[in-house]
Amino acid sequence: MPASDFKSDQYVRFCPGCGDHAICMALQKAMAQIGIPTHQVAVISGIGCSSRMPHYLNTYGFNTIHGRGGAIATGVKTSHPELTVWQMSGDGDCLAIGGNHFIHEIRRNVDLNVCMLNNRIYGLTKGQYSPTSPKGFVSKSSPFGTVERPFIPAELVLGARGTFFARTLDVDMPTTVDCLVAAQQHKGCSIVECLVNCVIFNNGTHAWIADREQRAEHSIILRHGEKMLFGKDNDKGLAIEIAPQTFVPKIVVVPADDSRVLIHDATQTDPTLHRLLALMGPENELPVALGVIRNVEAETYDEAVNNQIREIRDKAKAKSFDELTATLESFER
Amino acid sequence: MQQVVVRFCGDSGDGMQLTGNLFSSLSAILGHEISTLPDFPAEIRAPQGTIGGVSGFQVALGSGIYTPGDKADVIVAMNAAALKVSAMSKHYHEHAILIVDTDSLTGKDLEKAQYKTNNPFTELGIPESVQIVPVALTTLTKEALKDSGLDNKSMLKSRNMFALGLICWLFYLPMDEAIHLLEDKFKKKPALIEPNTKVMVDGYNYGQNLALSVNQIRVEESGSKNHESGRYTSIAGNKATAWGLIAAAEKAGKHLFLGSYPITPATDILHELASRKDMNVMAIQAEDEIAGVCTAIGAAFAGDLACTTTSGPGLSLKSEAIGLAVMAELPLVVVDVQRGGPSTGLPTKTEQTDLLQALYGRNGECPAVVLAASSSANCFDFAYEACKIALENMTPVILLTDTYLANGTALWRIPKLAELPAIKPQSVPEELKGHFNPALRDERGVRYWAFPGMEGFEHRNIGLERDAERGTISTNPENHEKMVRARQAKIAQIANVIPDVQVQGNAKSGTLLVGWGSTEGHLHAAANELNCALAQFNYIHPLPKNTREVLSRYKRVIVCELNTGQFANYLRSQVPGIAIEQYNEIQGQPFAVERIVKYAGK
Repeated sequence: MPASDFKSDQYVRFCPGCGDHAICMALQKAMAQIGIPTHQVAVISGIGCSSRMPHYLNTYGFNTIHGRGGAIATGVKTSHPELTVWQMSGDGDCLAIGGNHFIHEIRRNVDLNVCMLNNRIYGLTKGQYSPTSPKGFVSKSSPFGTVERPFIPAELVLGARGTFFARTLDVDMPTTVDCLVAAQQHKGCSIVECLVNCVIFNNGTHAWIADREQRAEHSIILRHGEKMLFGKDNDKGLAIEIAPQTFVPKIVVVPADDSRVLIHDATQTDPTLHRLLALMGPENELPVALGVIRNVEAETYDEAVNNQIREIRDKAKAKSFDELTATLESFER
Repeated sequence: MQQVVVRFCGDSGDGMQLTGNLFSSLSAILGHEISTLPDFPAEIRAPQGTIGGVSGFQVALGSGIYTPGDKADVIVAMNAAALKVSAMSKHYHEHAILIVDTDSLTGKDLEKAQYKTNNPFTELGIPESVQIVPVALTTLTKEALKDSGLDNKSMLKSRNMFALGLICWLFYLPMDEAIHLLEDKFKKKPALIEPNTKVMVDGYNYGQNLALSVNQIRVEESGSKNHESGRYTSIAGNKATAWGLIAAAEKAGKHLFLGSYPITPATDILHELASRKDMNVMAIQAEDEIAGVCTAIGAAFAGDLACTTTSGPGLSLKSEAIGLAVMAELPLVVVDVQRGGPSTGLPTKTEQTDLLQALYGRNGECPAVVLAASSSANCFDFAYEACKIALENMTPVILLTDTYLANGTALWRIPKLAELPAIKPQSVPEELKGHFNPALRDERGVRYWAFPGMEGFEHRNIGLERDAERGTISTNPENHEKMVRARQAKIAQIANVIPDVQVQGNAKSGTLLVGWGSTEGHLHAAANELNCALAQFNYIHPLPKNTREVLSRYKRVIVCELNTGQFANYLRSQVPGIAIEQYNEIQGQPFAVERIVKYAGK
């Protein structure tokens, strides 16, 4: 299927230069690559810039209310597990007002593909800090800088016992498409954190890795089964060191030919290493991890709910309303 | 006797609700009409033996039963605190029979119930006309179980069964039927069947031996007059609601989806639907009230019959999402089992205070259909009707019941699915394939319903305002007004298919009592006593078409409701120009017929 099959007739109204444009195109490409027909796909969103996405995709779509996309998507998928369900959300929609639904869709492992477009700002309400804005961030609602600590989305996902977490960057189209395809292929709740730039209210928020000159040194693309290498000349690798006294593991940069260079295993159920990888960044002088960081199998909620109904119904003697009422203690009058 | 009112009361650990339910079911199976009123504290176990921990269950049985009765003819008090609460709250008639456990009227019990003297009957000023039947319930129960091998604590748990046996004897209810019910009740705990049966039968036999001092009461079996013939059973309002939803789904050929979150007094609907996987029901316990309604909206978007169940505080939390269903024009059934409010209020008590919230409690011009059930049994019919209206008109329907209906039981004629009205869910004409959009409407003004999985009907639905022609986002001023009016017109046209409000009682009287929802039984009984007319509303929004005509026929129109006048004010706005008097109680309890009669008869 060509990507154009997934383009709706709507004019895309993201600001010129907004990172959401790239994610929109990547979604159309990924959906075409996956090849599920448009009528079998439902894209559910909440409110925010990112939540406009369903309008631009020629599938079934529902642009709902702020923060509730996760709960609505859960209802769509659980009642109709045969559908492919995507959820489009942002850092405010997902982690602030919709935080409860977000952790519970992950905990239950509902088979959804969730794109969280993280620009560390509220764009549609014109520039307030979000739960991912760094401490001290100056915005219209924090004129003297925020005093609160931000979420790191990956930590929240792992804390809610997430089975899939990928991170990508708006300006890296191939990695974005790869992550979206992998999210769809993963059975369970797949979270793709898309780092996007808000050209109007938070320009350059991801510049540390988005900048073409520095990207190779400041980020690493993780691929399952491959060595963790990065750098302009792929000359650096990642290894683990355990502090001798405290036994706290720490990721360190080593030469590419060091025998200690880690091989990425996204399917490892123990999340310890996935967490360390997801927490890498300028704060600890490590490259930001992109690509599929975690991808493990577990029973999905929608499947379990439907299986339980099927099993009980198969065994039941009464299967219709009239058969059910026939079992009641009653009398004639 | 034609009717009798029995009240069981004791500590909240004494099993009064179970006893009352068994007795009511037994009465119903034997052909009596019933109406019940469970009355229990919000705490699961309040401090044992205290006033706050008293749990009661009142049932009226016989024929011509409309309410659980204002006052009891027979009362069973299982402890000192229950005796005190009954006397202070005047739960019984002057000539009532008062059965009391004398073993529980000793020093410590009296102390816990804050008696000042050692003579409870005198202290409470119980009139001499009340026939007190002292029974050493505790001793007799222990005696009955002395060979059972049970420990003291387990034995005491069966005290309620001794009382039940005694009451069965009092009303000539046969033991074999009672044993059958008990076996059914404890089928998952078979070890409990034998001791409980033994105690109940001993209670019955104790009655036989008591015969010299107490006269048995024969309640006439309900005649067949005014009743449709068929199979009958007793049913609680919450269960009837759940079954109405199940029946509607099957009739409509839709998959039933429930998204809900536990809240008193609505939770039993969730319990019932969660257990009905045999009926292909998908019932989800969501992470919060908002997720309850939102998962349902997701299921509706995907083509299911979707419901959410809650009580007042939950309805508040769901408001924004109900607005989304109004805007997206999706079918959705919202059941609000009202309780005392505001805020957490009186979680286990009854009230009709969510009417205005159901009508208006959302942002924007946000019309939804509002229905109210008026008996525990017709919770079935109105749950069914709510589904029918929602599916056929692509709108949220809010069904109001309340604690009184939800926990109370009544006699229910079991319908066959074939005799229930047809449900034809809105669909979409095949010729719209390839150029469908969510603003397209039929001649009634109801938008067409296409959902994921249907090839060629892909579309984007929204909570934003949509263009009246293309269905896409629009901020055009004229379009917005047009859409606001289109959504209102869609709800208003439902008045064309709902029944007229009926006048009950003496239609020729100059006085009309007006009620809505759960007060029907009490108002019916009051209208009978007053020999006046009654109009009870089940369809609140839109109102039946003959509303003005009916109200304008009477010189005196008295709107009676369990709030400060919400329906009265609603009527004043909807049918202006009619002088409306109002009678209100806000005590967390159903009306007492005698108080309505006193007010309206003045």
